[in-house]
Amino acid sequence: MQTITLTVNGADVTATIDVRTLLVQLLRDTLNLTGTHVGCDTSQCGACTVLLDGVGVKACAVLAVQADGLEVTTVEGIGGPEHLHVMQEAFREHHGLQCGFCTPGMIMAGLDMVRRHGPVMDETTVRTELEGNICRCTGYHNIVLAIMAGARAMAAVPAAAE
Amino acid sequence: MFPFTYHRPTDLPTVHALLGGNDEAKLLAGGQTLIATLKQRLASPSDLIDLAAIPGLAGMSREGDTLVIGAMTRHADVAASPLVREALPALAALAELIGDPAVRNRGTLGGSIANNDPSADYPAACLALDATIVTDKREIPAGDFFRDLFETALEPAEVILKVIFPLGGQGAYEKFPNPASRYAMAGAFVWRGMGKVRVAITGTGQGGVFRWSEAEAALMTDFDPSALDGLWLDGDAMISDIHGTGAYRAHLAGVMTRRAVSRILALG
Ligand SMILES: Cc1cc2nc3c(=O)[nH]c(=O)nc-3n(C[C@H](O)[C@H](O)[C@H](O)COP(=O)(O)OP(=O)(O)OC[C@H]3O[C@@H](n4cnc5c(N)ncnc54)[C@H](O)[C@@H]3O)c2cc1C
Repeated sequence: MQTITLTVNGADVTATIDVRTLLVQLLRDTLNLTGTHVGCDTSQCGACTVLLDGVGVKACAVLAVQADGLEVTTVEGIGGPEHLHVMQEAFREHHGLQCGFCTPGMIMAGLDMVRRHGPVMDETTVRTELEGNICRCTGYHNIVLAIMAGARAMAAVPAAAE
Repeated sequence: MFPFTYHRPTDLPTVHALLGGNDEAKLLAGGQTLIATLKQRLASPSDLIDLAAIPGLAGMSREGDTLVIGAMTRHADVAASPLVREALPALAALAELIGDPAVRNRGTLGGSIANNDPSADYPAACLALDATIVTDKREIPAGDFFRDLFETALEPAEVILKVIFPLGGQGAYEKFPNPASRYAMAGAFVWRGMGKVRVAITGTGQGGVFRWSEAEAALMTDFDPSALDGLWLDGDAMISDIHGTGAYRAHLAGVMTRRAVSRILALG
C-alpha cells in the first residue's frame, strides 16, 4: 500500500492504495468519479481519457501512483448538468453521441486537441486527432462537428468555462 | 498485475542503487508499453523505478552538427518541437505518426527504443540516421543497439540517457500503419547525406528493424525510385501474421521506400 496526494478536479485528495491501482480505478472505485469509463482496458479506445497536469492521457495506462503530486481533471471537473462546459454543451447541441459511453473520453480528448491546436481546427485535423478515441455508434460525424464547435466556443469564453 | 514496489527517485545515483544487483527491477518511462505488459501479467518486476522525476532526462537541444534528444522526451514534444522540425523534420513527422495523441503525450523515445518492438517507428530513424544511444555506461551505435525482436544491446541495469542524431542530410519516413493499432505494418526511413544512403525498414522484419542494403546500394548509384525497379524484399523472411502475409509486408516496405525517396527528391 502507498499513500498518494493529488489534486482531482481542483480538490486535494489523499488516498492509500495498492500500488497496482490504475488511475482510472482510483477515479472510479475510490473517488466515485464514474464519468471516466473503462472501454477496452488496453489503451486503444480512449473512453478513459482524462487530463493529467492538463495533458490528455488514457487513465487505464497510468498507475495512480504516477499521478502522485499531479493534477487530474475528469469530465465531472469541467462542468455538470447545471453548468456545462462549452465543449460538453457542443456535444449536446450537435448530438455528438448515441449511447454516450465514449463521450467523456471524446470530450476530454477534444480539450487536449484545443490545448495543442487552438480553437480553430479543420475537420481533417479533428478526425486525425480522434485516432485514439473509438465510438461504436455515431460514425463520428457529429462528434467531429461538436469538437470543432466546442473548440471555437472555448475561444469565445476563455477561462470562465474551464 | 503481480505485486511490485514503486519508486520515483529524483536522481540517477538512486536509480543505480535501486537497479544494482536486482535483476527483477524495471524502469518505467511513459508506461505505454510496460503498463499493458504488467496488466497482462507478461512481466513481474519486483520493483518499478519511475524515471519521471529525474532531472535532465527530457528535452531536445542542438549540439554542433547533432540533435540530442533526452530519453524521457515524449513523442508529442518531439513532434511539436520547432527545433526538431527545423533540424530534422523527418523525425518530427515520424513522432507525429506514433499511435494516437494520448499515447504520444505519455510515450517516450527511451522507452520506445529500449522496447524495440518490431513495428515501432523510432528504431527505423535511429538506424537510418546512424544515431548514437547514450546510456549511463557507454555510447552504443544504433547499428549495434537493435538486436532482435524486443531485444537490444542494453544490459539489465543500463539506463538510456539520450540519443544523438547526426545532422547534415535529408530524410523522410513513410509508414503504412495498421489501421487498428497504428503500429507500422511497414515503415521506411530513408536518409541521404554525408556521402551515404540509408534505408531502414520497420514493421516488417522477423528480427525487428533492419537496413535494406540492396536498396541502399541501388540508391547510392542513382537516388531515384526507378533505381529500385524490380527490387523487393523476400516475403518469406518477413513477418506473417493475422494482419498480413510476409509477401504483403515485403511489398509494402518496397512501396514505402520508394515513396520516401520521392519525398526526399521533392524537398529539392
Ligand atoms: C495504442 C497504442 C498505440 C501505439 N502505437 C505505436 C506506434 O504506432 N508506433 C510506435 O513506435 N509505438 C507505438 N506505441 C508504443 C509507444 O510508442 C510506447 O510509448 C513506447 O513503445 C514505449 O515507451 P514508453 O515511454 O511508454 O515506455 P515504457 O512502457 O515505460 O517502457 C518500455 C520498456 O522500456 C524500458 N525503458 C523505458 N525507459 C528506459 C530508459 N531510459 N532506459 C532503459 N530502458 C528503458 C522499460 O523498462 C520497459 O521495458 C503504441 C502504444 C499504444 C498503447
